[in-house]
Amino acid sequence: MSGTDDVEIPEVDYVAGTGVPIRGNDIDTDQIIPARFMKVVTFDGLGEFAFFDLRFDENDDPKDHPLNEAQFQDASVMVVNNNFGCGSSREHAPQALMRWGIDAIIGEGFAEIFAGNCLALGIPTVTADSETIQTLQDWVDDNPDGEIDVDVAAETVTYGEQTIDVTVDDAQRKALVEGVWDTTALMKSNAGEVRKKAEELPYVREEAIPKAE
Amino acid sequence: MSNGTLYDKVWDRHKVTELPTGQDQLFVGLHLIHEVTSPQAFGMLQERDLTVAYPKLTHATVDHIVPTADQSRPYGDDAAERMMAELEENAREAGIEFSDPTTGDQGIVHVIGPEQGLTQPGKTIVCGDSHTSTHGAFGALAFGIGTSQIRDVLATGTIAMEKQNVRKIQVDGELGEGVEAKDIILEIIRRLGTEGGVGYVYEYAGEAIESLGMEGRMSICNMSIEGGARAGYVNPDETTYAWLEETDYFQENPEEFEKLKPYWESIRSDDDAEYDDIVHIDANELEPVVTWGTTPGQGIGISDPIPAPEDLDEDKQETARRAQKHMRVEPGESMAGYEIDVAFLGSCTNARLPDLRRAAAIVEGRQVHDDVRAMVVPGSQRVQKAAKKEGLKDIFEEAGFEWRNAGCSMCLGMNEDQLEGDEACASSSNRNFVGRQGSKDGRTVLMNPRMVAAAAVTGKVADVRELKETSEVDA
Repeated sequence: MSGTDDVEIPEVDYVAGTGVPIRGNDIDTDQIIPARFMKVVTFDGLGEFAFFDLRFDENDDPKDHPLNEAQFQDASVMVVNNNFGCGSSREHAPQALMRWGIDAIIGEGFAEIFAGNCLALGIPTVTADSETIQTLQDWVDDNPDGEIDVDVAAETVTYGEQTIDVTVDDAQRKALVEGVWDTTALMKSNAGEVRKKAEELPYVREEAIPKAE
Repeated sequence: MSNGTLYDKVWDRHKVTELPTGQDQLFVGLHLIHEVTSPQAFGMLQERDLTVAYPKLTHATVDHIVPTADQSRPYGDDAAERMMAELEENAREAGIEFSDPTTGDQGIVHVIGPEQGLTQPGKTIVCGDSHTSTHGAFGALAFGIGTSQIRDVLATGTIAMEKQNVRKIQVDGELGEGVEAKDIILEIIRRLGTEGGVGYVYEYAGEAIESLGMEGRMSICNMSIEGGARAGYVNPDETTYAWLEETDYFQENPEEFEKLKPYWESIRSDDDAEYDDIVHIDANELEPVVTWGTTPGQGIGISDPIPAPEDLDEDKQETARRAQKHMRVEPGESMAGYEIDVAFLGSCTNARLPDLRRAAAIVEGRQVHDDVRAMVVPGSQRVQKAAKKEGLKDIFEEAGFEWRNAGCSMCLGMNEDQLEGDEACASSSNRNFVGRQGSKDGRTVLMNPRMVAAAAVTGKVADVRELKETSEVDA
């Protein structure tokens, strides 16, 4: 019962697509996916609830929000500001964005758990300074059909005639570029060492350690 | 990089190997699961034909969606019933112990772990919940994870992590009357920012921290994530050991206590440990803190004026403007006198027995204001039972509070307990995000439990130090 070898993990060295700007610092995961949409046992269908309370009023009529605008409907690169994804650990947040169509996020900064959850889904979260991000957000507004190329390996973003340097966390870059961002099979292959570690730790009781396979 | 801290030591003891990504593979000593973030992970296991590697190091509870009024099965809310049923099945199939409501041990995951002695110094503890940092109060290395990481932990007993920096937050001095652990952490977040802890683990130290009981330490570590730090901890000491000795685990296995104590002592930060950053806070200067905005970093002392956005750092100004509009507050005013509609005493931050005791001491002999609905949601069935036994339930009910069953409740509005419309809530919880308590126009003011009690009886945000304690309840 341990056949993870058949799980294909694509290499994510490059993401290209049109952009959508989501402005504001400290956008929390309760904004990205309100808790009432988390009363589910799968992630299917979460895309339509991304940013729901910012997109719809109490009668479910659409409000002004980039995700409601026709020109951004095919966007796959989200451009955000600082401390994006703060708050709860809910993977429902990046799952909702991914299912809406987002493949990469460029921002000033990301909350740690959110960035980790994105990585576990193969979504790069790359960073640049505040001014660079605002310039890019303005460009996306003016060029909703303009392609943005996120080169994860080279740590650059190209749009229009411009190529800018961005930062990708070292471990994230390696994991994405080498296609090892889904760590289950990789870590499972070390089961023997894990068991040894368990045996060494004084608080782990013998009966809690499974027999070798 | 840090050296000789608890974080370094616990990390090293749990490191299995370095992964090709440069991340470390860490052994997980305790995996806590609940109904909201685990079902998808079990689904992923099934898809990959994998089983749970360390079921005996895994423990389940139900907290987020559980009704706090009528808990008879099936639950009134079909979605909640489905999530509960799924967790029951997953736990049963994998052989995972489940503190469900029939056991008398159910409660918020960050309340029951410490209660049962599952939470111990020097363990690595993970859970699909950002407030897992709570368990750091015992000197554990504890952090929240996402669902794909839950899959990893279930399948392998380990997690892939990058090591962070360590910031020591030294809180010297003594807390004044009416000032609590909650006020310390709200002040830390106000000062360092909601993103100030990104890339850091927080070590809380100093006499103001050491003199706190375990519950106060838990309130502080709980909200580390609100300051951007995924984990926070306090070095274990005699206060920690005294708590542990009383728990089920060590009552049932007293020999384990003596066996493990040297390990607990060994993982304390060394006196000459090196930190990446050190911050000093003077506890003497603090007063009860309340939030005026929509992030936990937007707090002020109860007698301080709400800041003008233009006086804040440039990157905070726009957030502050939006927050003040949402909360309908003006710069220059204090939060005292801000009218409230709801008082919520609960959550993994502040729903343990001493929290309820302190609030009851304010409530006794008073009545909940006519315009306020007030509720107490104990953090666990054990807290609920103990509070009832010592008369706190009666005090709250006589004052007009609703007395509920244990769960997360109105902290995040995933069950029936929600704000309606633009109601304002004095809340002992941890997040004042827009929409957090179930209504997107709802307004949350975070504060300590005694301040919630004061707000409940006066109908507005009030300085509890101006209300005399009316009871003999030993707080």
